[in-house]
Amino acid sequence: MSDLIATNAMPGTSNWREAIDPLTDAERLEIEHLASHYPRAQAATIEALKVVQEYQGWVSDGKLKAIADTLGMSPDEVDSVATFYNRIYRRPVGKTVVTICDSVSCWIMGYRELQEKLCAHLDTPLGKTTPDGEITLLPTPCLGACDRAPVAMVGEKLVGPLNVDELKALVDQVRGQKL
Amino acid sequence: MSSSIKTPLSNRIKADGSVTTLEEYQVEYGYQGLKKALDMGSNDLLNLVKDANLKGRGGAGFSAGLKWSFMPPAETNPGPRYLICNADEMEPGTFKDRWLMEGDPHQLVEGLAIAAYAAQAQTAYIFLRADYDLCAERLEAAITEACQAGFLGKDIMGSGYNLDMYLHTSAGRYICGEETALINSLEGRRAIPRAKPPFPQVSGLFGKPTAVNNVETLCNLPHIVHHGVEWFADLGIGEDNGTKLYGVSGRVKNPACWELPIGTTVREIIEVHAGGMQDGVKLRGFLPGGGSTDFLTTEHLDLAMDFGTIAKAGSRMGTGTMILLDDKTCPVGMVLNLIEFFAQESCGWCTPCRNGLPFIRQVLQDMENGLGKTEDLDRLLELCGYIGIGNTHCALAPGAAEPLQSALKYFREDFESHVKNQCCPFGNEKGSGKADHSHAAHTHSHETA
Repeated sequence: MSDLIATNAMPGTSNWREAIDPLTDAERLEIEHLASHYPRAQAATIEALKVVQEYQGWVSDGKLKAIADTLGMSPDEVDSVATFYNRIYRRPVGKTVVTICDSVSCWIMGYRELQEKLCAHLDTPLGKTTPDGEITLLPTPCLGACDRAPVAMVGEKLVGPLNVDELKALVDQVRGQKL
Repeated sequence: MSSSIKTPLSNRIKADGSVTTLEEYQVEYGYQGLKKALDMGSNDLLNLVKDANLKGRGGAGFSAGLKWSFMPPAETNPGPRYLICNADEMEPGTFKDRWLMEGDPHQLVEGLAIAAYAAQAQTAYIFLRADYDLCAERLEAAITEACQAGFLGKDIMGSGYNLDMYLHTSAGRYICGEETALINSLEGRRAIPRAKPPFPQVSGLFGKPTAVNNVETLCNLPHIVHHGVEWFADLGIGEDNGTKLYGVSGRVKNPACWELPIGTTVREIIEVHAGGMQDGVKLRGFLPGGGSTDFLTTEHLDLAMDFGTIAKAGSRMGTGTMILLDDKTCPVGMVLNLIEFFAQESCGWCTPCRNGLPFIRQVLQDMENGLGKTEDLDRLLELCGYIGIGNTHCALAPGAAEPLQSALKYFREDFESHVKNQCCPFGNEKGSGKADHSHAAHTHSHETA
């Protein structure tokens, strides 16, 4: 797998000897609440990973072990789920993740220029984080907003249709707020 | 009288993007469809929806009532039963369910509750794709409001029927839209499709009887129950009943989504509603219902957009959201982009899909880069056969073959000119962008190493 979409896989082999990083009270409460929606706690695995990610930005080996403990699973079981889903980050990402849709309607409407120019503007290739740790750029499959192509998401905000300057300005604004 | 409404699913959705509140939803007959459904009993309800011939709007077009009827009867099979709303809208070019969920979330909550009652399910889940953050926020709020108002939970409106409804937000991957992969994902597993049979109606979520319905399908239910079968049949123009959400994306003047009578012609959708092509470009072809449907061309513009007519023309209506190919866009590049998507989203379970799609991607990428060979055209068709229905674990790879095999039929001269001229006539040598970027990424890492 190329560097582009490898944010959901750890480089090398995960080392389960790493100490467990206990869930915070808030994380535990939310995960237990979500697990109560299902007859089996395991069903909450994906949502538990998302809860941790919401608080920590990504899912470390230590936190993954804590989720496994809470849901009564082995760490490998949880990791096999975590690595399947592209929106679970098993490596640190920037404070804001910017995803640019690269599916067919956005391709027709010119996402490539958007992607190339934003990478150049941030001096950061796709799949990487700016050196200040603010922005991670990722490609994403169809965002379901093809009438607004080309589209992107800046954090949880859907934006589009966008020209290069508008996207640059938006990303700079997000970066500026966090600096 | 409200039965004159021609756009029942969308007429409460506001143009300013704000959400329809519970009070606004109840102005006409919000949640009265659920009340009426509970009053008539689950058997009569199931028969009503069967008679309405509501065909699944997720793409397959299978009768919703018939789908529920394959569940073993609740009277003789006590125990948990589930109704799942498939809100994993990820088909490339599809943006209809987002509109319904963001604009009018209570309509889906009511529709799902009606379906759950018909299926005698005690628990309903909305399986929502990742990235639909606004939908998640609004659906969560709508479920809470509906619970507080007594439309969900215990003894709904004094009927004795209990229903718990939960929102599940996913974490990506197109394959989650396949109903058995969705069930695995909802159980907290990798989203790999299950072998069928057993079908989910018999052994689905947690091994229990389960029905899975699309968002738009479910949103029809409150209106069918309230107005009746005849009203629903009158909404459609041709052989199918009701309305359909149609969308158009690509180089048109007004890309958007509209609710129209099912059976509206392709021409009316593109020329009237989407405002025709942008200045300077001409229409060459279109994918009628998302990225996994066969191309049709300008000779098909007067066809009715319904399940039967589009199937007879050799494609599928699919999700009803069209992607247009214009004369300034390279058909080979467009198919390459689609194949890249399907190759990336393959779950990797079966070999034809896991290995076949990357193989096809490479042939197309070479063609775009000026390295195509004459025999590649036949080879691509042969490969489409290898990943076709019957050779794979699920419908992902056969769906991926559809735009490719039809592009080879309708736009063969474009493939041939790529080979003959040893370049992309549209100046598209970089392909669809991904290969180019992985190269850039490597270059960058070398520079910084």
